[in-house]
Parts: sequence; C-alpha cells; structure tokens
Amino acid sequence: MRSNSCHSFISLDRLPIGRMGRVKALTAKEQSRRRMLDLGLINDTVVEALRQSPSGDPVAYQIRGAVIALRSEEAAQILVELV
Amino acid sequence: MKSLKLSTSRLVSKKSLTEKMVSQRAGAERLETGSNEVVVALAGNPNTGKSTVFNQLTGLRQHTGNWPGKTVTNAWGSYTYQGEPYVLVDLPGTYSLLANSVEEEVARHFLCFARPAVTVVVLDATCLERNLNLALQILEITPKVVVCVNLMDEAARKKIRLDLLKLAAILGVPVVGTNARKGEGLVELKEAIRQVAGQASSLCENDASGKGAPLVRYDEAIEECLDELVPLVRAHLGDRVNARWAALRLLEEDESFLEALAVFNNKNKDSNKDKGHDIDGGTDEVAGENSESWDSLQRNKSRLAAQGMGANQLKDLIATTLIRKAESIAQQVLVFVPENYQQFDRRIDNIVTSKRWGIPLMLLFLGGIFWLTIVGANYPSQLLAAGLFWLEKKLAALFLAVGAPAWLQGMLVEGMYRTVAWVVAVMLPPMAIFFPLFTLLEDLGYLPRVAFNLDNFFKKACAHGKQALTMCMGFGCNAAGVIACRIIDSPRERLIATITNNFVPCNGRFPTLIALTTIFLVAGQGPIGAVWAAVWILTAIVLSVFITLGVSKLLSQTILRGLPSSFTLELPPYRKPQLGRIIVRSVLDRTLFVLARAVRVAAPAGVVIWLLANAQWGEMSILAYCAQFLDPLGHLLGMDGYILMAFFLGIPANEIVIPILIMGYSGAGSLMEPDSISALRALLAQNGWTMLTAVCTMLFMLNHFPCGTTLWTIRQETQSMKWVLVSFLLPTVCGILLCFVIAQSVRLLGLLGL
Repeated sequence: MRSNSCHSFISLDRLPIGRMGRVKALTAKEQSRRRMLDLGLINDTVVEALRQSPSGDPVAYQIRGAVIALRSEEAAQILVELV
Repeated sequence: MKSLKLSTSRLVSKKSLTEKMVSQRAGAERLETGSNEVVVALAGNPNTGKSTVFNQLTGLRQHTGNWPGKTVTNAWGSYTYQGEPYVLVDLPGTYSLLANSVEEEVARHFLCFARPAVTVVVLDATCLERNLNLALQILEITPKVVVCVNLMDEAARKKIRLDLLKLAAILGVPVVGTNARKGEGLVELKEAIRQVAGQASSLCENDASGKGAPLVRYDEAIEECLDELVPLVRAHLGDRVNARWAALRLLEEDESFLEALAVFNNKNKDSNKDKGHDIDGGTDEVAGENSESWDSLQRNKSRLAAQGMGANQLKDLIATTLIRKAESIAQQVLVFVPENYQQFDRRIDNIVTSKRWGIPLMLLFLGGIFWLTIVGANYPSQLLAAGLFWLEKKLAALFLAVGAPAWLQGMLVEGMYRTVAWVVAVMLPPMAIFFPLFTLLEDLGYLPRVAFNLDNFFKKACAHGKQALTMCMGFGCNAAGVIACRIIDSPRERLIATITNNFVPCNGRFPTLIALTTIFLVAGQGPIGAVWAAVWILTAIVLSVFITLGVSKLLSQTILRGLPSSFTLELPPYRKPQLGRIIVRSVLDRTLFVLARAVRVAAPAGVVIWLLANAQWGEMSILAYCAQFLDPLGHLLGMDGYILMAFFLGIPANEIVIPILIMGYSGAGSLMEPDSISALRALLAQNGWTMLTAVCTMLFMLNHFPCGTTLWTIRQETQSMKWVLVSFLLPTVCGILLCFVIAQSVRLLGLLGL
C-alpha cells in the first residue's frame, strides 16, 4: 500500500481544481516551510484546490477551514496524494 | 547569577529592521514600569477583528479592515475598568509565533520580554482550528491569557455552534465570546481581563508546581529532554521567561529568540561580536557558563539528533504537534459545523474570481467608484469653494480694517489662505466620497479578491498581488495608497509598492487630465465627445498601470534585487459591512488625516507661491523669471517654462497645478480658477498650446514627483530620506524621458502640424 502510494504523489500545483489532496511532504525549506506548517499544511492534512485566479496564478486552496491562495512556486513545494 | 535587569536603551540600540518596533516595545515597557497601569497585550491571527476589539475597548481610533495583516507595528490605547487603568497593546496579527517574519518577532518578543499582565488572544469563531494554533503557542509562553472568541455572530449566521465552556475547560483560561463590531461581550471581556490580572501566578509557577500539566505535550523523547532541561533553564532565567518554552527554543536552536535573549539580558560582550556570538550569548545566558547546564543542553540535543530529531526535524515536529493539538481541541469544541457553511462565500467567489467575470466585475466596481467620486464631488466642491472664498473676502476686509500692510494681507490671505482653501475645496469632497466607498469594498472582504485576480501580473513584475490594492487606493490618493502598503508583509515588496504608488494618477490629477483631454484630444462635443474623452482617460490609466509594473520590475532587478518572498494570501470570509462605522472611520481615519497633512504642506507653499508671483525683479515677477529660465527645458519636453513652474509650485497638491498655470499666464498675483472650459481653451491657445503640449503635459502629470503630502507620508512609512529621494526622482526621470522622446519624435517627423 505504502509503496504504491508513492507513485501517486503529485505536487500541489498540479492538483486539478475541485479535487482534494492529502499532504504527504513539504520540500520547502526554512521560513517558507515554517509558514506552510503554520498554515496547517502538516502530514495528512486534506487540501482542496478551490479555484484558479483569472490571471492563471495563484490558486486558492481550502486549508483547515481557511481559504489561502498560494502561488505555483509555493504549491510546487508541497507533495500531496490524490484523495 | 548575572544581572538580568532590562535596559530599554539597549533594546533600542539593537540593529535590524525591527528597530522601530523595538523602540515601541521599549515604550510599552515604559508604560508598564512607569505606573500602576495594567498592561494587556492583544494578539490574534490577521483578520479576526482584533483591531475592532482594540477600538471598542480603548475608543482610540485605529484603522481596521477586512484584509489580513493590517497592524504591522504595535499600537496602544488605554481604558479604565472599575477604576483601574489598563493599557492595551495591539500586537501585529500573526498566524504563529514560530516563523521569523518581522511581525511574528515583534509579537513574540513583546509577550516574552515586555511580559504583559494579561494577554488577550482573539480567535475567529468561524475558523477556530487555525486560530487555536496561535492560542496554544501563547499559552506556552504565559498562562495569564484570556481567550476572546470573536465574530460569534458570523458563526451563528453560518450555523456553526461552539462550546465555549468546554474550550475554557480544555485551555484552563477564561474564554469570552464577543461580537466586537456590535460591542457585545466586551464588558465580560474586561471583567475576565481584570480577574486574570488579579491572579498572582507568575510565569513559571504553572509548570513548576506541576499543578497544570502542559497543555501541549510533545514526543516522549522531547519531553524527556525537557524534564532535564527545564529546571536548569529556570535556575538561570528565574521567572523572567517561561522555562519550558525557552528550553524548547534552545533545543530547536531558534536564532531569533537567542539573539533577543542576549540583547534582553544586556550582556556586556566584546564590542566586535558578530551574530554568531550573539547567539552564543543567548545560549550562555540560559545555560550559563555553568558547564553542567551547557553539557546537558548539548547532550540532549545530540540524543534527539540520534533519534532523527535534529534542529530542523524538531522544528517540524513542534509545529506539527501544535497543529494536531489545535485540531483535536477544535473537534471537541465545535458542536456543530454545517457541511456547507462556506457555500455562500464560495458562490460569491465563483463569480467575482471567475475567469469570465472576475476582471470585468473588478473594473466595473472600481470604475464605478471613480466615476461616482469625480461626478459626485463637483457640486460639493463648488459649494465649499464658494463658502471658503466668501470667508476670504471677509478676512481681507478684516486685514483692511485693522490697517495691516497690503503685502501682509496679500501673503497671508491671497497666498496662504487661498491656497489652503483651494486644496481643501478640491480635495475634501472627492476624498469624502472615495474613501467610504473604498472602505465599503474593504469591509465586505472584496479587496483580497482583487489581489487574487491580479497577482499573476504582479508576480511577473516581481511584486506582490496586494500591490493591486495599494494602487487602487492610490487612484484615490497616493498618500493613502502609501499608507495602505502596510498590508504587504514582506519588506522588499512593500518598498516596491511604496515607491511606485505615485505612478498611478490620484484624484487630484484626474480633473486636469479630463480638462486637457476635452480641450485638445476630443474634437466633438456631446455624447460622442464624452465617450472619446473616457477612452483617452482609460488609456492614461492603463498606461500608468503598465508603467507601474515596468518600474516595479526594474526596481526589483536593480536596487531592490531579490526573488519574490513567500506568498500567501488569505481570502477571508465575506462579512456584512457596517455602514455607519464605515463612514465615521473612513472620514476620520483617512479623509481628515490626509487633508490635515495636505493643509500643513499647502500653507507654507501658498506663501511661497504668492511671493514668487508678486515679488518684482525689474519688470517681471520672480515667477516669470523662473518660467523664462525653464522655458528651453520646457520646450525640449514639449511644454513651456510656465508649465514646469506650475508643476514645481503645485507640490502641495496636484489640484493646484492648473490654477497656478492660469495665474502665471494671466500675470495675476494669486491662484485663479478657469471661468469655463472654453475660457481655459482660449487662454491656453493664446499661450501657444498645441495638441503636443497637451499630450506632454498629461504625460508629465502622470509621471512626475509625488505631492508634498505623499512625500511626507513616504518619509513616515519608510523612516528614510533615501526612499523619499528615490520616490521623487524615479517618476520625474520617467516623465522627462517620455516627454522628451515624444516631443522630439513628433517634431522630427513633422507630425501634428508642428
């Protein structure tokens, strides 16, 4: 099971709008990593991609009851598994 | 033990960006130590209504708004409850105290070192779990906490039910539910603050006596280390800083804490110490030169590292544990959360941030505001001008009656008073319309959506999406736009937004742009002419936005080099605006504030303008001399000397550029208003204006130095003359280049019949 799920990890910026993902790892370092953790992006947190900005980026995510927009660079540093 | 006496002067002398805040902190400490006032800190996530609680408790007018991250520096106010004086310090809104943003550092250092008697943590009832993270972190620092669960009405509207008694039981501190906007629950809050302030418990008693087991328990391995370290840390720090909390920071090698501790402890180190030594100083202070403590710390650190918990993993683990705890508390406290409680917000967002409607709707809203402002301000402006100029006549009569010399009357009445009256008459009505409308959008929670819609353009310019908001504000007033830059978290992007704000035309420049467009660029009158005029104005606005983005990019690649710092933008829930409060607040906080600054700039400038126009040098006034001197330069730029002089003398406010120009052309001694558009057309044509002059003047209107009020505000916000100078030169150089290129190419190509 565990080894299988490894294949299905995608970075959050590739999570299709309307889909949910379960946070599996953060590749961000230092301050931006801390900031992500503080937003509640810890292991197994379910995140929903809500909508994309009309200008293409950022994307708004539902994270623990709050709506937070992340730019693609930031979202790319969050690995999720499709729910 | 070493002397641990707090030295405020030492705090102030600390380098770094937080200098200003540190000194404010020192000020708050002064408040604490100076009298018997009870110091209460107010903490909370951004956008929880924290500032509303602050305003309601203190009555001090401080701006609040429905966008995250409004309060950057500590503000404080006072109130009296049951005869006791309280000082309330509004800490910056933060999500956490662990990450090292300036705001979090300020909040955390205040809680740790200034040690307020009570800390009120404001939580958003509709987003409890996320908010609890901060509450838990604060409870680790101090047990003297009152939890204020705000926005209970919003929660009720969304049919969210919470058990506050249970929350109080879990956290072990008083919990008060409030609707700060309606003033509900504030008496209970004050009472809870009074009771907690009266409790004698010192910082460490809670965990020392073991009567309260720590709320957040970490991994067993960490707890084992803490069991060993905490008594040692306490032995060194006494009850100054919570020992458990300090021990955790030591284990995770939190540099900012250790640095602050070293400063706080006023350790007399060698003068040439670097940062590394500072940290050692902090560690020293806790672990002492006592080798037992130091060894213990090192031993525990390596033990944890051996179990795969080096400083970095430890940081992750600590943050994760806190979030999990918040999650579990929220699950116990939230009695009922409807499945679709956010449906309303989502539905609105589906429209206002949609691919199809997002940007058109935004243009409609903002365009509507500008249209209402420009059209709506006309009549009150005329009325106000009539009233103020009636008073001018009375003043002149008074001067005459007391036999004051003519020059004195001229300088004070026709110079100073008339300029001030002019500025008030042209600035007050548009601001009194624009700011409430803008505040309405802000209160609704719409503005973060604008930032969301436009962020990609700003990302490409290496700037922050919130700059879109400061630019919107700038369309109303650049000084207000500069103040609005406080909402941008990262210093670099904030500076970019501050410096470039002046590139968007404010209210004071629109009338000139409109007048020149109607006179020179639009042939027909009537509805078709109006449409063309609107098209030209829109072109000017779009041009200004592109120039802003271009200059932002240029700045970020030159003097403000660096990648965009991490970007997170919260889209808070929509809230029902409170109209009465919006009007009072926007008029008091923004309109009158900006106007007061403008008047202070206009008064002396009025005297200077009058002197230049009236002091004769030979046959000509000094103004005419200056204009003559500047004429060749003006010609190079497609304008003339009088136009350049009008821009220089118009520094108090862009609104008076045209009046100064008319004064100059007609040889009058004081500011004059055009009788009508056709009179202005005749006067300008008489002085050799062509379509090229109009285009260049409009371009220079869009790109020249900011007005005095804005420059002053930039000085206040950046605390640096360097950035004032950059903000002055950058648009001016841009304007000169643009006008030069256009004027010369038009002449070279013989276009426009020149």
